[in-house]
Amino acid sequence: MRVGLVVVSHSASLSEGVVEVVGQMAPDVRVNAAGGLPGGGTGTDFEATSAALAASDTGSGVVLLYDLGSARMTAELAVEALADPNTAVVAEAPLVEGAVAAAVAAQGGQGLEAVVEAAERATGAEEPEGGEAVSTEGLSPEAYRAESELILANEVGLHARPAALLARTLTGVEAAVTVSCGENSADARSVLGVMGLGARKGDRISLRATGPEAELALRRITELVERNFDE
Amino acid sequence: MVCTTQHVIAAMRAAVRAVSENRDELVELDRAIGDGDHGENMERGFLAVDTQLRLVSPGTPAAVLKTTATSLISSVGGAAGPLFGTAFLRAATAAGERETLDGAAVAALLRAALDGVTARGRAERGDKTMVDALAVAVEAAERTADEGTGPIGVLRSAATAADSGARETIPLVARKGRASYLGERSAGHLDPGARSVALLLHAFAETGGDR
Repeated sequence: MRVGLVVVSHSASLSEGVVEVVGQMAPDVRVNAAGGLPGGGTGTDFEATSAALAASDTGSGVVLLYDLGSARMTAELAVEALADPNTAVVAEAPLVEGAVAAAVAAQGGQGLEAVVEAAERATGAEEPEGGEAVSTEGLSPEAYRAESELILANEVGLHARPAALLARTLTGVEAAVTVSCGENSADARSVLGVMGLGARKGDRISLRATGPEAELALRRITELVERNFDE
Repeated sequence: MVCTTQHVIAAMRAAVRAVSENRDELVELDRAIGDGDHGENMERGFLAVDTQLRLVSPGTPAAVLKTTATSLISSVGGAAGPLFGTAFLRAATAAGERETLDGAAVAALLRAALDGVTARGRAERGDKTMVDALAVAVEAAERTADEGTGPIGVLRSAATAADSGARETIPLVARKGRASYLGERSAGHLDPGARSVALLLHAFAETGGDR
């Protein structure tokens, strides 16, 4: 089963909004909102957080994301109140970016620790040149480098769902991939970075992959683009 | 010269009354540097404590403190819920299986509460928070307990120290919580959380007559 998520916020509509965005990108991940006070005001609710924690628990662990200070405290208390507090982690991450990154990692079948790490690495800012570290030791440059160009034919371009699919298709592939559109580049695994390219239907994107499985990475992306992201 | 479970229940009831009676003052203090809901939140929290204590009739000091903690955590809403909740939870853990509390035990409970609040809120002394009142209260409590004073004497010295700790938050610039968003403008105001700590300790100290 996949790692679940809980979004703890001072506002019901904020937490539900984050769940909505995340749900679109990671349809098989259990994500629950705990936002606002029972009476409808703003604040964080321990009971609601505990209930969301239980609802998101698939047995593979739960990652909690929060908006502001006291939401973190409520989230921590809810974790400490669990029968086994080691089954859930409060991530120190920006709420929206962190939730999206965590959800994509969870959708890809990654474990609790990796999902927390994905959330905490998410900053919304562009990844530094080269993206994530992939060992290239002992390989000739030709062996781990691949490039290609594609034209987007799907209706919505690299919008939220396609960007999430792009990140997911690279799960487990040993290669760092950069997607460029015009002047802008992004790490192919960063959903928000890829969305930020603003690539639309008919745009040309170029891909640059490095790593032992660079060819595989490009093949997977090419197939995805040719299938029009299963739209 | 020890606190029994009944005394601890009476202390919590006194806290309920003190919070209700001073609700407007807490609202005013929080309106100046926060979002103005501290008084309301604390009152709602302690009214829930009152209700729960009647429902569960806890049998040990630790059980009273734990009931207080869970009621606050479940009902306060703002940051005071998890913070005061953690304080009472840690105090409950420190009380353990004890049937009664002497002065040294009360000081140890206050120390555990302070450690819990510091860990939960990641605040230090001088950040203009409840820690500023609680930290000096714990030090005073430990000094008094070392002299062999009973629980009420320990609580009295803690309450007096908390008053001065709270007053010392006035010139400070907030570095934690909602007030920290105000930066320099938070100076010149008493921190509502620190004031609440002093209120609670006074209420606890006044419950035991001459013990």
